[in-house]
Amino acid sequence: MPGLAGRMSTVIKSKISRLLDRAEDPGETLDYGYQKQVELLQNVKKGIADVVTSKKRLQMQSQKLEQQVVKLDTQARQALSQNREDLARTALERKSLLQTELQSLDQQVTELEGQQEKLTENEKKLRAKVEGFRTKKEVIKAQYSAAEAQVKISEAANGVGEEMADLGLALQRAEDKTEQMRARAGAVEELEAAGAFDDITQLGGGKDDIDRELAELTSGAQVDDELAKMKAELGSGGGDTPALESGKEGQ
Amino acid sequence: MIVRISGEGQFRLPDSDGERLNELDNRAVSAVEAGDETGFRELWQQMLALVENDGEALAEDELVESDVILPPRDVSFAEAQGEFTGEGLIPD
Repeated sequence: MPGLAGRMSTVIKSKISRLLDRAEDPGETLDYGYQKQVELLQNVKKGIADVVTSKKRLQMQSQKLEQQVVKLDTQARQALSQNREDLARTALERKSLLQTELQSLDQQVTELEGQQEKLTENEKKLRAKVEGFRTKKEVIKAQYSAAEAQVKISEAANGVGEEMADLGLALQRAEDKTEQMRARAGAVEELEAAGAFDDITQLGGGKDDIDRELAELTSGAQVDDELAKMKAELGSGGGDTPALESGKEGQ
Repeated sequence: MIVRISGEGQFRLPDSDGERLNELDNRAVSAVEAGDETGFRELWQQMLALVENDGEALAEDELVESDVILPPRDVSFAEAQGEFTGEGLIPD
């Protein structure tokens, strides 16, 4: 079997030839073939709509993560103002992780948008082909003998079939990709949900899975910088000494 | 010959390109089998370039089958490991 010849098109082709064998009147075969194509075209449209829906869900997930980033930033500030640098650090580490995830998520959503545009474009192309088939079948019906018609029908039907198989494949890839992204975004969301501020207090200095994951994913230097900046901001309101050295109010 | 780039469309190429394309494909298969992603990427770009430079896009109302179907342009190495196997475009 040839390496590159898509397996999918082989499957579609054999389906079509079975279809063509079924009816003995070429005219009937043609009409049936056209009807099938129109049905498949509907499936393609539905498939594209599914991709769009998934993309929207991803965008919603991304918005949620953004809200979490804001929340964690606020929590870090609160923690610092209460002289809990350890908590502030944890919050900033989580924030840094989320920001990394957000970035890749947003980039993937953009990619998906490009794919969606292409799919829509290809669907239009396919519709033109199906329409071409409709015209062609009338010509074949009128001009060719039954035997000749069978050959012509096979050619045209296989041409359309291949186009459909190809678009089907593109749809499948887009859907798979969306699923992967959703799963990843969902995992991050769960991670974040588990790390809400109240829980950070309970985590304390202990090393759980989340902490370990954070340690792997976040650059400590970046968190240090942010922490220092935050301290400076908070400090500038209260005096020269950093807020965590000696809290005015205590706990 | 008619060549399809998956997800993009069909191109009409001079038959003489078949041999060149097959040669590139055979080498791509070897690269994939050897786990050589860099080598595969290079050959894959050459295959795409050959189709794009020598090929003429088919009109929208042409209903013909492809002689060769290439994977999508952005094929991943993992996907290639499923596609680029066996005897290549034209079995020897």
